[in-house]
Parts: sequence; structure tokens; C-alpha cells
Amino acid sequence: MTAALTVSLDVDGPAAPPRSNGELVFAEPWESRAFGLAMTLNEAGAFEWEEFRQRLIVRIADWETSHEPGECFSYYRCWLDALEQVVVAREFVTAGAVQERAAELAARPAGWDHGHDHGDHGHGHDHGDHDH
Amino acid sequence: MTRVPIALRTEALEQLLVERGLVDPKVMDGFIKMYETDVGPLNGAKVVAKAWTDPEYKARLLENGTAAVAELGFRGPQGEHIVVVENTPDVHNVVVCTLCSCYPWPLLGLPPAWYKDPAYRARVVKEPRTVLAEMGLQLADDVQIQVWDSSSEVRYFVLPERPAGTEGFTEEQLAPLVTRDTMAGVARVMA
Repeated sequence: MTAALTVSLDVDGPAAPPRSNGELVFAEPWESRAFGLAMTLNEAGAFEWEEFRQRLIVRIADWETSHEPGECFSYYRCWLDALEQVVVAREFVTAGAVQERAAELAARPAGWDHGHDHGDHGHGHDHGDHDH
Repeated sequence: MTRVPIALRTEALEQLLVERGLVDPKVMDGFIKMYETDVGPLNGAKVVAKAWTDPEYKARLLENGTAAVAELGFRGPQGEHIVVVENTPDVHNVVVCTLCSCYPWPLLGLPPAWYKDPAYRARVVKEPRTVLAEMGLQLADDVQIQVWDSSSEVRYFVLPERPAGTEGFTEEQLAPLVTRDTMAGVARVMA
């Protein structure tokens, strides 16, 4: 849907961009990544949006019936769960691979993202091929 | 099983999909930037301002929302079937998506937190007058409230009432008055 990419607006001027109407679009960076992943996969034809939406509806309904008292609703958590279900169902990745990679990322030493002169060494684990 | 922080789970998924060539990071960054900065309620505001000043455009907008907003260049994901509902002194329209968060992205950008909130989605259908009052919009008892449930088939968009005192205003002067909330039907346009 490249047509959408042609939709652009004055970034300044009397009618200011969307933020003049309210809050930030994404509360945390991972939310924007989760959003972007779904958009990009769908745009590339990897899945039908409706397929994703149906899973999102189910995830939201599940949360509503089963969450802990006092737990705050996180829309993008449901979004990510639904997305993961779609990509696993489509066999793009396995749930185990996501867990394993997430555990590797969790094991990064503190301060791993501070300073950019470290290259790839010193992490004690292999992220695989990042040549993209 | 230990529970991995969601930010890491997202990062892991992104890495794997990129490594497998399923996600192009540049395309992905483009989408994020587009919805963070370019596509937002200003699009909808331009549509409203034009409808207020051009009766023929307004007629087209109410007849076929998708085609009329495309005239202004607004199209794209989640904007495939837009239906415009007009507020009048007697009828107030408000939009919800009871199942998830269907919303006319090309006109309003991504939905705000309150629109996605389970309480809003459940309550605005059952007690719209109370919910609107809580959100700061008091409607007289004789104003009829119509609640529109968006879906993947239809995205509703509210054409709010033009406020008094703006008779001589141009489109460019009117558009900044039109906020996101007025186009979802939870606020009134103020001059």
C-alpha cells in the first residue's frame, strides 16, 4: 500500500501535526515496533489483515474476561500476542525461537546499548546473521 | 517458564522476522514514522472544514465517504470503507469499536488510548449520555444519541456541527478548530 506513503502533510504551519490533538501515538518504543511489524508484514502480503484482526479481537476479549483485578489494559500487548500467533500459525517463526531469542536478549550485560564502539564482541552469545 | 519483558519479546520477534527476510527494516521504520508524525487528525479536520464550506463536497462526503476523502488524497490502510455521519442540533453521533479498535486511520491516525479502553468500548453503547458527560460533553436530554460500532467493513467518522461565530471563516481558519475528539463524537467543536 504505497499509496498511503504518499499521504503527507505540512510538518509545520498553522495546522500543526497530529500531536497538537493530544497524546503521543505510542506510549513506549516497543509498541511502535509491534505496530510497525504488523503493518510491514501485511503490506508485504505475508498475511491478511482480517486474519490478524480476528486474533486481536479474541486476545482482547480473553484479557477482559481473565485479567487480574487491577491489571491495566495494554492494547499493544494484545496486539503483539495476536501478531505472534499469526506468524507462528504461518510458520514464519516458532514460538520457541522467539522465547529463546528473547532470553538471549535478556542476558545482555547491563549497559549493552550504551556507547556504539563495542561492535559485536563481548556479548557472550551469538545473534546469528545480522547482515541485512 | 519465566516471563520475558514484552519489549524484549517484541525485539526478538523483530530480529527473527528481519533475519528471515520477511520484514524490511526500512519499510517498517517508514510506517512507524508515517503514523507517528504524518497521518493524524489534521487530515480529518481538513475534510470537515471543506464540508462546512462546500455544500457539494459535503453531499458527496455523506453519500460516499471513502471516495470523498480520497479526493483530498486521504486513503490507505484501515480507510477502505469510511461512512460519514453528520451531527445536527437534534442528533449526536459517537463512534466506538466494541470488538477491538477499528478506526479511520487515514483521517484520524491511530486511535487514542481512551478509544481502545475496555471501559469506553463497553459502556458507550449502554450508557452513551453518561460516558459523554464524563468525557466533558453534556448533551441536552432531547438530543438523540446514535452510537456507531465500527468494524473491518465500516469505519465511521463524525462530521461535527460547525460552531456559531465562524460564518466568515475560510477552510484554513476552520480546520484548526476541529479536534480529533470532535470527529469521534466525544466533543463539540468550539470556536
